[in-house]
Amino acid sequence: MQELNTTELLVIPLLPLLGAMAAGLFGWALKEKLSHTVTSGSVILAALLSIHVFIQVLHGASFNGNFWTWIISGKLVVSAGMMIDPLSAIMMMTVTIVSACVHIYTIGYMHGDPGYPRFFSYICAFTFSMLVLVMGNNFFTLFFGWEAVGLFSYLLIGFWFQRESAIVASMKAFIVNRIGDFGFVIGILGVWYYFGSIDYQTVFHMTPAFVDQHITLSFMDWQIDAITFICLALFVGAMGKSGQVPLHVWLPDSMEGPTPISALIHAATMVTAGVFMVARLSPMFEFSETALATVTLVGAITAWMCATIGLVQTDIKRVIAYSTCSQLGYMFVACGVSAYSVGIFHLMTHAFFKALLFLAAGSVIHAVMANQDIRKMGQLRQYMPITYFTMLIAGLALAGVPPFAGFWSKDLIIEAVSVREMGWIGDFAYFSVLTAVFMTAFYTFRMFFLTFHNSDRVPAETKSHLHESPKVITVPLMILAVGALVTGAWGVLGLDIANPEIANGYFGSAIFVTDAHNPLMIMAEEGAEHGPFHFLLTLPFWFAMGGIGLAYAMYFRESTMPAALARATGPIYTFLLNKWYWDELYDKIFTRPARGLGNFLWKRADLGVIDKGIIHGGIIDSIANGAARMRAIQTGMVFHYAFAMVVGVFGLLTYLLLKA
Amino acid sequence: MLETLFFDLFAGLSIVAGIGVVVSRNTMHSVMFLILCFFNASGLFFMLDAEFLGIVLILIYVGAVMVLFMFVIMMLEVNVAMLREGFLQYLPLGGMIAVILLVEFIAAANSGVFTADVHATAAHLAQDVNNTKEIGKVLYTKYLLGFEVAAVILLVALIGAVVLVIRERKDAKYQNINAQVKVRREDRVRKVRM
Amino acid sequence: MIDLTHYLVVAAALFSLGVIGLFLNRKNVITILMCIELMLLAVNINFVAFSHYLHDLGGQIFVFFVLTVAACEVAIGLAIMVSFYRLRRSIEVEDINTLQG
Repeated sequence: MQELNTTELLVIPLLPLLGAMAAGLFGWALKEKLSHTVTSGSVILAALLSIHVFIQVLHGASFNGNFWTWIISGKLVVSAGMMIDPLSAIMMMTVTIVSACVHIYTIGYMHGDPGYPRFFSYICAFTFSMLVLVMGNNFFTLFFGWEAVGLFSYLLIGFWFQRESAIVASMKAFIVNRIGDFGFVIGILGVWYYFGSIDYQTVFHMTPAFVDQHITLSFMDWQIDAITFICLALFVGAMGKSGQVPLHVWLPDSMEGPTPISALIHAATMVTAGVFMVARLSPMFEFSETALATVTLVGAITAWMCATIGLVQTDIKRVIAYSTCSQLGYMFVACGVSAYSVGIFHLMTHAFFKALLFLAAGSVIHAVMANQDIRKMGQLRQYMPITYFTMLIAGLALAGVPPFAGFWSKDLIIEAVSVREMGWIGDFAYFSVLTAVFMTAFYTFRMFFLTFHNSDRVPAETKSHLHESPKVITVPLMILAVGALVTGAWGVLGLDIANPEIANGYFGSAIFVTDAHNPLMIMAEEGAEHGPFHFLLTLPFWFAMGGIGLAYAMYFRESTMPAALARATGPIYTFLLNKWYWDELYDKIFTRPARGLGNFLWKRADLGVIDKGIIHGGIIDSIANGAARMRAIQTGMVFHYAFAMVVGVFGLLTYLLLKA
Repeated sequence: MLETLFFDLFAGLSIVAGIGVVVSRNTMHSVMFLILCFFNASGLFFMLDAEFLGIVLILIYVGAVMVLFMFVIMMLEVNVAMLREGFLQYLPLGGMIAVILLVEFIAAANSGVFTADVHATAAHLAQDVNNTKEIGKVLYTKYLLGFEVAAVILLVALIGAVVLVIRERKDAKYQNINAQVKVRREDRVRKVRM
Repeated sequence: MIDLTHYLVVAAALFSLGVIGLFLNRKNVITILMCIELMLLAVNINFVAFSHYLHDLGGQIFVFFVLTVAACEVAIGLAIMVSFYRLRRSIEVEDINTLQG
């Protein structure tokens, strides 16, 4: 078993960091060309090294060690270390490859923007943070990377900071993330409290013994298992970071940021940190049925709800954003039914085709001069063939049509959900992922047809601008398209991701599943007699085909069907169009009361009581008056001061004499 | 007995001189009275076997500080006539404070703490005990830090006094380093013709 | 027999004289400085007397320092006086009141 080269491992995250610092601090001197060279070069290098590490891991190499100890305080030891195993290797590879493609794409997309070096610095530093997140070997590095990606997400969403909508969206993203992080911190604190260590290996080894102790926390009348509490708290963080209901509200708004970051952060990497976390902590989650059930439920609700919202959106990026939420729900459902390897597999395929979708959408937006409303597009196929084909590939992958990537991973998820016995939650999850397949295919192709086919609704002034994007944009599209094509088949057939004997499959000891509920095992038993064309008999395939077919019927040519359907379903349509009124709900429950409290405290408490109320003239005025009166003591005549000194001495002397 | 006589002489004269300092109309007279007071205090020091300090008092205090006073008085033209107004205005209050202070001091002095049998006798030291040498022995060893600090204080006072009153002559030529360093090429070089 | 208390009384008298002088001389700052010198002299007499009666040279050493500081104080005080006189052409105490609050 070969050992991994620690220098190589260190270089992988540090190269992007250095690139980011160079572009960030010296962007004004490096100007456009050097900034993008430094950053993109570092990320491409990191990608190549990650692939090399991945190949080594395939041959059995692994690594777990600490590089630097930061805090030693009593029993608490916080160090910076790395754990490279199949899980982190596959994540590293995905992150760096997608990031490299996005970097190259950005060279073309953000050309001419005044904040060009800043943007590159941010996405490069973001890559660094994400790498720290996936390569770390303890909860501290996880949290560090977690917070850092949240920070860069904030900075990047609000990149065009002169736009008010962007600023508002970035704050919303950060605040909702923070709410999730609060739960996350509580989870980490719980781990520290009960296990005395925040190192992964230590905690994982101690977990079975800990669970046997059946420690419970009691809150009022409820008793809750400690391990369940910890897992649920950690999952709250994942909900915030990965945009699951009810903390999903920030993700559609994050589309205010430039398209490259929508592709990088809100499709492929940051939002997948939650899924990665659940998979990484599978040795803990497996011991808590409640936590797993919650994960499944939340994922299923999100998958279904966001798919319904995506059906009617008119902004090209919003459709894809809701699709991201929905697909993340899929991944969480997979993890919830203990098919972690399938969830991560879907993460990888999704990273490719979702990033491709976003980047292609960005190419379209670039062509129609930043108008993102699909009602104002149409018949773009003739102008942008490369974008057309790559987006078609991505759409087919997302819908789950074989042999594209999405089919392999989605199919496995749906099958895993169907075989796992989980009571009503399991049934609901099966229903939702299945119907979501239909809806996913439908809205994907609705968007696709409205953009590239249908009728020509492009406004006159942008018509002259329509052209295919430059090579620097289309080449990453093609690279990602290759990924969207092959990663699925490669994953199942090449890496043997779905091997139920997890230890023999790709993930080895990185993921832990108790034998009691290992759906992959059941699937393997049942699947032994399936042929290669078995999929033609299963529901997901036909649902997907049905979705595409319906979209074709309604949107390929111009027709009145969509409008008629919208009118017919009246209130349901409005409900979906307004995103199930989540934002309005939060506004009513949280924002208005908070504002009201603030107003109250300001007008009544601050102004009324302190400024005007208690003492006549308020506290401020009374202090001012008192001080004005006291000022008379300062006569300015030195003489008086001397007198005061003598009187003081006299007083002191009298006191001393009388005391003795 | 001789001792008592001298003591009364010195003490009485110093108090008289003190009163003179306070009530003189002429500031120059006040300074003279103060010098007299210092001389008598020096005498008291001699009686207390502190020869060194007695001499120092005269040399430095009278010789330097009082002379300085005189310089300043002669330099500032003090308007004598105006100086006597309001003299008696504060006499009651100030006088009362001072008298009470005096009474308290005397009460403290006579409170029985400082009697001869409590404290060691007032035996005078032998003739060959050199006060200067003894002070030297202690000053440069045990109180060295204070000595050095006193030196620094003197240095600061020296510089401070000069800084406070210095008036630079308008027509004196001197370097202003800051201005020299701030100079730019455009200020010095002008292209006339090439 | 000259006792310690005699010296203390002398010193007390001189000190009080200084205090009275401080209050009575409101027109002449130089006189105020001189009264401060009187008070310092009184304190010095006290120190030396104690040093003699307690057989401890520390008192005389302290007088040393007091002398030093008094000299410095006079120097600086007079320097300030001179500067002030240049500005105001008067040495009345009541004119030194620009720091009025």
